[in-house]
Amino acid sequence: MKTIKLIFTVIILSTIFVSCSSDDDEMIVNPMEGFNLVTSFDANNHSIELYSKKNDFSIGYNEVYIRIKDIATKNYVSQSEISWMPMMHMTQMEHSCPKSTLTVTDDKTVSKGFLVFQMPGNTDEYWDLTITYKISGEEFTTKKTIDVISPVDGKQKVNTFMGSDGTRYILTMTGPVDPKVAVNDFSAMLFKMENMMTFSVVENYKITVDPRMPSMGNHSSPNNEDLSYDGTSKMYNGKLSLTMTGYWKINLKLLNESQEVLKGEDVTTDNLESSLFFEIEF
Amino acid sequence: MKTSIGVTSLYRVLRAPFKRVNMLWYILLFLITPCWVNAQEEILNKEPDTIMPINLEEVILISARKELDYQKQPKPLSSLDEYLELSQKVGMIKRGAYAWEPALNNMTSERLSVTIDGMRIFGACTDKMDPITSYVDVSNLAKAHVASGQQGSEYGNCIGGAIDLELDKSNFRETGFKASLEDGFETNNQLVVLGAEANYSNSDFYVDGDIIYRKAENYTAGNGEEINFSQYTKYNVSVNGGYKIDKNKALTATAIYDEARDVGYPALPMDVSLARAIITSISFEQNTIGVFSDWKSKVYFNKVTHVMDDSQRPDVPIRMDMPGWSDTYGFFSEVNLKTKKQHFLMKWDGFYNTSLAEMTMYPNNPNENPMFMLTWPDVRTWNTGLYAEDKISFKKSSLKLSARLAVQNNNVADDFGLNSLRIFYPDMEESKTRFLKSASLQYHKHLEPIHINAGLSYGERAPSVSEGYGFYLFNSFDNHDYIGDPNLKNEQSIEANAKISLEKSKLKIALEGNIFRMPNYIIGEVNESLSTMTIGADGVKIYENLEYADLINVSLSTEYKIIPELGWSASVSYHQGKDDTNRNLPFISPVSYRSGIQYNKNSFSGSITMKGAGDQTNFNPEFGEDKTLAYIIFSLTLGKTFYLNNDVVYAKAGVENIFDEYYSTYTDWKNVPRMGRNFFITFSYKIN
Repeated sequence: MKTIKLIFTVIILSTIFVSCSSDDDEMIVNPMEGFNLVTSFDANNHSIELYSKKNDFSIGYNEVYIRIKDIATKNYVSQSEISWMPMMHMTQMEHSCPKSTLTVTDDKTVSKGFLVFQMPGNTDEYWDLTITYKISGEEFTTKKTIDVISPVDGKQKVNTFMGSDGTRYILTMTGPVDPKVAVNDFSAMLFKMENMMTFSVVENYKITVDPRMPSMGNHSSPNNEDLSYDGTSKMYNGKLSLTMTGYWKINLKLLNESQEVLKGEDVTTDNLESSLFFEIEF
Repeated sequence: MKTSIGVTSLYRVLRAPFKRVNMLWYILLFLITPCWVNAQEEILNKEPDTIMPINLEEVILISARKELDYQKQPKPLSSLDEYLELSQKVGMIKRGAYAWEPALNNMTSERLSVTIDGMRIFGACTDKMDPITSYVDVSNLAKAHVASGQQGSEYGNCIGGAIDLELDKSNFRETGFKASLEDGFETNNQLVVLGAEANYSNSDFYVDGDIIYRKAENYTAGNGEEINFSQYTKYNVSVNGGYKIDKNKALTATAIYDEARDVGYPALPMDVSLARAIITSISFEQNTIGVFSDWKSKVYFNKVTHVMDDSQRPDVPIRMDMPGWSDTYGFFSEVNLKTKKQHFLMKWDGFYNTSLAEMTMYPNNPNENPMFMLTWPDVRTWNTGLYAEDKISFKKSSLKLSARLAVQNNNVADDFGLNSLRIFYPDMEESKTRFLKSASLQYHKHLEPIHINAGLSYGERAPSVSEGYGFYLFNSFDNHDYIGDPNLKNEQSIEANAKISLEKSKLKIALEGNIFRMPNYIIGEVNESLSTMTIGADGVKIYENLEYADLINVSLSTEYKIIPELGWSASVSYHQGKDDTNRNLPFISPVSYRSGIQYNKNSFSGSITMKGAGDQTNFNPEFGEDKTLAYIIFSLTLGKTFYLNNDVVYAKAGVENIFDEYYSTYTDWKNVPRMGRNFFITFSYKIN
């Protein structure tokens, strides 16, 4: 009898709860549902919130979402103009990293962009982020140190290298974020380092793809598709076939428009890996 | 007189230095010596007397219900595999001492329908280490029916034929309570066999129970070389029961539990820690229903679990586990219509099978994630078919017409597996439906004392789970990884067979042959563009449809009863398999022959047999085959029946491979040598 009563109570309560919460849902939709608040900092009576799908900022490609909350009203502010500047303070010098402009999304309280960190911070060297934004015509600026770590799995997702043409490049993997045993959509971004502060997207090069499993005889997989440039997304898109879970080394070769190899080597029986590569383990 | 000449010449040849004796000698010997009665093979006339026998089915007797049967069996407690090997049409592919894979007309599992009492069961091993025949034991079985080509389509879609293993049941015979104990021992691999059975049967009710246990150590080949990883342990328990609801109706049920552990496969890089099958069924039988008779319906379920691993192997490039599961649900219902001149049979059957297998490889670096893949992506196969046959009797001749029409759907239920296969086949659909047709015509003419049989048939089969959906299945014979192709076409077969036999009371001679033209023959072909997954493999093969392949089997067999107690028989067979570009097909027997003498009088029986084969000159190097050399081996058995009050003890002892020949046959995976000299002894104690 007791259990029946208990079950009844639970059913009734849960019905009430469900109906209440669904009412609430109609009123407040959290646009950051499913994202993690990586860091936030207060300045100018605003709280600046930085979100990511990941739990942290790590070297390589980071998609970042920014919201600004008015501390007094606790409301998120509709954004119009917002920009950012990441900076690495090394012991000897300072440099920035490849970044996108920040664009306001359909939800005006959220803006979106990406940062490609080449290196992690450490005890002597650190990254900071300067954010400049306008609210009701008034411009605000704020700067905050951010933690940038090596990826948790320790796998290489970004390459910074000098090409055979004497140019410094940064190649970062942007996807697959969640690799599967399947033909994955494979994407990367390629930047040229113009100077310490300026990085420009390199267009119309080609990156060949050769995934290998070093622990299993360095075998490859079929039906991969080399990365080629897509003007709309400014990314290099291709296909990556992963035939099993485990550790994959994605050997790459960067070719310029005249098909000259700028970086990377073919994988052969004698040469087990390219000097240009990404790593995936799942 | 004839006998003594034969025995003398046999003796002379036996004394000659074995490996040097010219092949011709043996053939000569074979021709002049009265030889081996292959008592295990007989053409069974199941039909009522008005209709002439037309089934070219071979029946291998297994159960020893009668003393006569027991004495006929050369080695009563041998494995089912050894029994099947006695058939002329069946070859057994050996990967070790256990779980041989039957090949009928030189065709293996995917081209055969292997059933247990009509039930479809599918092995759970991607490397064919668990053929269905390994999940029953001789203690369960009465007979094995071997039907060649489309004659086997009663049991399911097939190309090469069907093997139906008939379970041993008391079947409402008025035998009361009976029990027996069995014990066997073999010296070569210290095989111990222990078995017991108890039966109670009357006209309304029966229950049969049996248990058998086998344990073997490594065996030794002819030169004294120990074959490592050839041990096995297995036990099997089965229960059959039947209850007569009324005079006309009966309900029967079967349950079999079979478990093998620690099974070594010397020819393969991996062993099996567990192979388990649970086989169950319930049947309803009714003697007459309107004008029809023998209405029999059955529902069944079986579950096979197979765990392959390399934990016992000392030195492997990478550790891996490869478990597999295969569950099958099925049914059939058949009814007969018998008139004076015709016998009509109709059957509706269906099964639903789920096949799932996975492979996990553990990198040598313990910090790396294991490598996981689905080698069988949870393939669901649903097949249902209608089969009909009509046997029509004329004066001195008869005709059998049969047809099967089936529909089969394969569905890849696991998304992980589907996505894996889509790496190779981006446009692959998860579901595929096929129609499978079969028709056959068999004619028999009797011109005393000569019988002429001839038949023509057409059949189709769908690709097997491995051929359609296998993902990086390593074949250690040709050292290639195999990948299935879900878009394969059905394999077809156009088959002609003929047999002419002379049957006198003392002498039987039969010449028989069949020829198969198989359009869209399915075989793995090397794809140079693919990278090998398995460490040390030579390449990757993808299953493809060849334009066609041809297979020919011809055999000549004789039996002669010199005196009622003493008989000889002999047979020789020739086989050829070629594809459309004249390459040899794999696993095609060279010229093979066997002969023997058998003596049976009162409580005593004895036999001397020889069997051998010529050089395998028509081999397939792409499949890893090489020229397997000719061999000839001899065996001897002696049997005696003792009576103790009411009870009976059958004893049988013998020696196989008397001269300890080191040999392997075309069916031995990677030429793993066969067993050397082996003494065996078996006892069966029947409590009446």
